[in-house]
Amino acid sequence: MFAYILKRLIYAIPIALSVTVVSFILVYLAPGDPLSAIAPADAPEEVIIALRSAYGLDQPVPVQYGLWLMRAVQGDLGLSIATGREVTSEVMRAVGNTLLLAGFAALIGVIAGCLFGALAGYRHGSWIDRIATALSVIGVSIPHYWLGLVLTILFSIWRPWFPAMGAGPGGSSEWLWDLEHFRYLVLPAVTLSVIPMGIITRTVRALVADMLGQEFVSALRARGLSGVAVFRHVAKNTAPTVLAVAGLQIGYLMGGSILVETVFAWPGTGFLLNTAIFQRDIPLLQGTILVLCMFFVVLNLLVDILQPMIDPRMGRA
Amino acid sequence: MSATLPLPSPVAVSAAQPSRSYWAVVWRQLRRDPMALAAGGVLLLIIAAAVFAPWLAPADPYKASMIKRLLPIGSSGFLLGTDELGRDLLTRLMYGGRLSLLMGVVPVLAAFGIGTAIGLFAGYVGGKVNMVIMRVLDVFYAFPSVLLAVAISGALGPGLSNSLIALTLVFVPQVVRVAESVTIQVRQLDYIEAARMSGASAFSIIRVHVLGNVLGPVFVYATGLLSVSMILASGLSFLGLGVKPPEPEWGLMLNTLRSAIYSNPWVAALPGLLIFVTSIAFNLLADSVRSAMDIRR
Repeated sequence: MFAYILKRLIYAIPIALSVTVVSFILVYLAPGDPLSAIAPADAPEEVIIALRSAYGLDQPVPVQYGLWLMRAVQGDLGLSIATGREVTSEVMRAVGNTLLLAGFAALIGVIAGCLFGALAGYRHGSWIDRIATALSVIGVSIPHYWLGLVLTILFSIWRPWFPAMGAGPGGSSEWLWDLEHFRYLVLPAVTLSVIPMGIITRTVRALVADMLGQEFVSALRARGLSGVAVFRHVAKNTAPTVLAVAGLQIGYLMGGSILVETVFAWPGTGFLLNTAIFQRDIPLLQGTILVLCMFFVVLNLLVDILQPMIDPRMGRA
Repeated sequence: MSATLPLPSPVAVSAAQPSRSYWAVVWRQLRRDPMALAAGGVLLLIIAAAVFAPWLAPADPYKASMIKRLLPIGSSGFLLGTDELGRDLLTRLMYGGRLSLLMGVVPVLAAFGIGTAIGLFAGYVGGKVNMVIMRVLDVFYAFPSVLLAVAISGALGPGLSNSLIALTLVFVPQVVRVAESVTIQVRQLDYIEAARMSGASAFSIIRVHVLGNVLGPVFVYATGLLSVSMILASGLSFLGLGVKPPEPEWGLMLNTLRSAIYSNPWVAALPGLLIFVTSIAFNLLADSVRSAMDIRR
């Protein structure tokens, strides 16, 4: 077990390093001088040179990468070009909000997906199965930014039950655990939950239907076990796969929330990315992408490590 | 996206008939599938409306009118109302299909071509070359696909061609994985060994014996990507990273009409409805193609 975890950790290191390279290089794809975002077009030559060395842009690219990585490891992602504030603190505040949104969306999606999937798998071919299948197709086909808009129209304009924008009253971005703040979370979280719901319904339905056809289930039934007891065995056998799919989905949600965050003006990483892109704020762009991807890498690692812990068959292999 | 790889069935591999008959069977199967017919019909309708928009559309997609802004659905002369600049919405939705479909389909086609080529090469050559290619592609898997698309097109700058490049780059690694894994399975089969013994060159083995078996699973995978691609492409435009105004495109229209959701909500929701319908039709068609191509299993 320990050797397995160590192997996984070692395998994650080159991936994490390559992610830093890609996050850094991405920005060099951009046409134009990054300084054009801060320096006025008619700035004198000396000012441009001074700015260039202040941001380290006069160094060769590999050296810039090395310096950037050294500082990033210590938690320093530089200063935002547009606002002059520390990128690390900006990103961390936004990541908290995005995690909150993605976490709730995943919770709703996983619970609903397991429920629909199990029902559909148990009643294979019935009307429940058909509804669950239809829901899962809709879940993976719907443009979630449009769903967000429709939900806003329905539950914020037509029936003003939930606020349409922001993460708290008065446009504050500080999250508090009370009912007033929670109301702001409902629409974006439900919107975002549709994607994992569709995929998990599909996975669970296929797994349960497959499991029920297997000999060990017939054997359990033949021994006279009740429906609930049989279900426990089926659930235990589907859990590892569902965990793997759900874990990856949370990761996708962290990246995928950018569109939903834009619709609901949710102050998370999507909002930050948007700002960074349109203001050509390179340190902020690099920092946000890097932090999001690191979360994704760590999440993948956690799934890989947790899976054999709950599935003894994999531990032995 | 969990990639469940459709394996080439052993029967399909050993039956050395010309591949045409296989595709004929698939085609017959599809024509009997009501879901495939319905989805295909809807798609044909949307494609036809987009292609023939200059002849079918009732108005000029760029002609704005300050006094006719945001008319509701069913106004006289404007069947689906008007947008925030007073342009006929039905016309713009029809024209919008051109760019939206283009942006959804082209990246998948490009990734299908590029990904199959890289996957065949990596899988057939094997060894260290294969390992290097696949490890490099693993890096792209460390990025959630929406984030990767947004990051690349954000870095390249807004615009149609840049978002096409970004989406293609998102899909290529996925297609390569499918093509590579099938190629590796096919390569180990006896008849490939036989072809090699008989002196066939690597290129002609790939072309004659491997490609036919790899194309099927990759094709099924690529059809599944169409719906994702439609949503992502319009999503990029929605963020302002794709097509620029005043071009009609569903995602962009959804973005510019967003300010109208308080005054005229259902007009504002229409472009998104079309993205949804197109994407669900692609998804259902992909499901039908998948089951039609599994017939030999």
